[in-house]
Amino acid sequence: MSDSAPATRGPSRVSVILLPLVVGALFLAAWHGAVKSSGSDIFPTPMQVASGLGELAQQGLLLKYIVASLFRVTWGFTLAVVIGVPLGLLLGWFAPVFFALNPFIQILRPISPIAWIPVAILWFGVKDTAPVFLIFLASVFPIAVCATAAVQNMQPVYLRAAQNFGLSKGQLFRRVIFPSCLPQIITGLRIALGIAWLVVVAAEMIAVDSGLGYLIIDARNAGKRYDLVVAGMVMIGLIGLVLDLVIRRLERFDEVRWGYSNR
Amino acid sequence: MSFPGKTAGEQIHVLERIDLEVAAGEFVCIVGPSGCGKSTLLNIVGGFLQQTRGEALVEGQPVSGPDPRRIFVFQENGVFPWLTVRENIGFGLGQKSAEERDKTVAHYTEMVGLTGFEAAYPRELSGGMRQRVEIARALAASPDIIYMDEPFGALDFITRLKMRSDLIRIWQAEKKTILFVTHDIEEAVQLSDRVLVMSKRPATIQTVIDIDLPRPRDLDSPGYLHKRDAIFQAMGMSVRIGA
Repeated sequence: MSDSAPATRGPSRVSVILLPLVVGALFLAAWHGAVKSSGSDIFPTPMQVASGLGELAQQGLLLKYIVASLFRVTWGFTLAVVIGVPLGLLLGWFAPVFFALNPFIQILRPISPIAWIPVAILWFGVKDTAPVFLIFLASVFPIAVCATAAVQNMQPVYLRAAQNFGLSKGQLFRRVIFPSCLPQIITGLRIALGIAWLVVVAAEMIAVDSGLGYLIIDARNAGKRYDLVVAGMVMIGLIGLVLDLVIRRLERFDEVRWGYSNR
Repeated sequence: MSFPGKTAGEQIHVLERIDLEVAAGEFVCIVGPSGCGKSTLLNIVGGFLQQTRGEALVEGQPVSGPDPRRIFVFQENGVFPWLTVRENIGFGLGQKSAEERDKTVAHYTEMVGLTGFEAAYPRELSGGMRQRVEIARALAASPDIIYMDEPFGALDFITRLKMRSDLIRIWQAEKKTILFVTHDIEEAVQLSDRVLVMSKRPATIQTVIDIDLPRPRDLDSPGYLHKRDAIFQAMGMSVRIGA
């Protein structure tokens, strides 16, 4: 019933589509002008980056590296969801578990995944397992922390209403606790996926020889191909945007929409 | 049904020897100054709070926790926002067959005036409509008693009046026992068969006032005003404002 309502109040189509295009065009023009006026022959103009992207696409490397990076993120992130969500719910529901594990988690959490790279290489060697492990480490904590907070901040009235109808423990979890936490869990997934995408690039620069992170470091080391370096950066940005748009679709489901914005 | 002597509180002595008899099908309101413990009392008989001392008995049985035979309607609205109106009203009907469930849900949806909104989510409804969903959900579970803790407290004046008159219509049709906590004296006189006036802490039932007025109630009648003033007086308040 409210699907069409916000559109009338929201910003006009012109400002949503046209304004970013204008800013983008200005940015490209300024970039081009800056490179030309500096006379640099290492840093590429936007056109050189575009042709670099074309070159990579032609060689089949672009698709190969994108698939490699997405493959690692998919595994690391999935693993983090499978372990992080139940762990977070457990921590939120059982106070003794929370008291026992939370200090430990809070110490592990601020350690940058980058700092784990040497350990990951030691344990898993220079193959896919190391970056997958790093991505898992980077995304499991935000997911678990959000799920824990969701349970702890759950409106007590939902729990009491549910208990009033004589639900078993299992039903209580499935029909009330989990759905009431879902909006915040999805927020956790969104944060975690953003971090996972940051980490895969860093991990690929060191631990493996494929992927967009490897592309960047390889283009730099093998001949100062900065057109390819920037091309890799552009692809990372674009794919990151797509990933965020995809995961934001989850927030649109009727079962969770109550948890965001107005009500 | 009786709720004999109990004392309760979190370090504080809130309730003192409260013993009340409520007949089946009776509509009883509990009023009292804010913070007197009327919500605490309701939460204890509802099984949501554990008294620290004394006993809470409902129909001679100690209250051991929430019970589907006695459904609570909350002021802050306990309707589940992730379920549709239909799913909310049918929430307590897990045991029944799908066919029976649909019938019961349709019946109570109509009774609270929400036909046509079955597929809506609570966020799409007004505060009054959400409270209607909660009342329908309580009725659908077919309880013996409905506990209502200031259920209309968050609604605006007009909506509140309408909700009261609908609640009386539903209560007359369903013949449920209702124990209704409110701080609104007018509300108590408009709704109930009997008003229990609670004192300040440690609270006890200070006065019981029978509201033997015919329904529908005329809010201008001398009888109505007389009952209202009697409650004001029992609470030690004046019906005049200003010097």
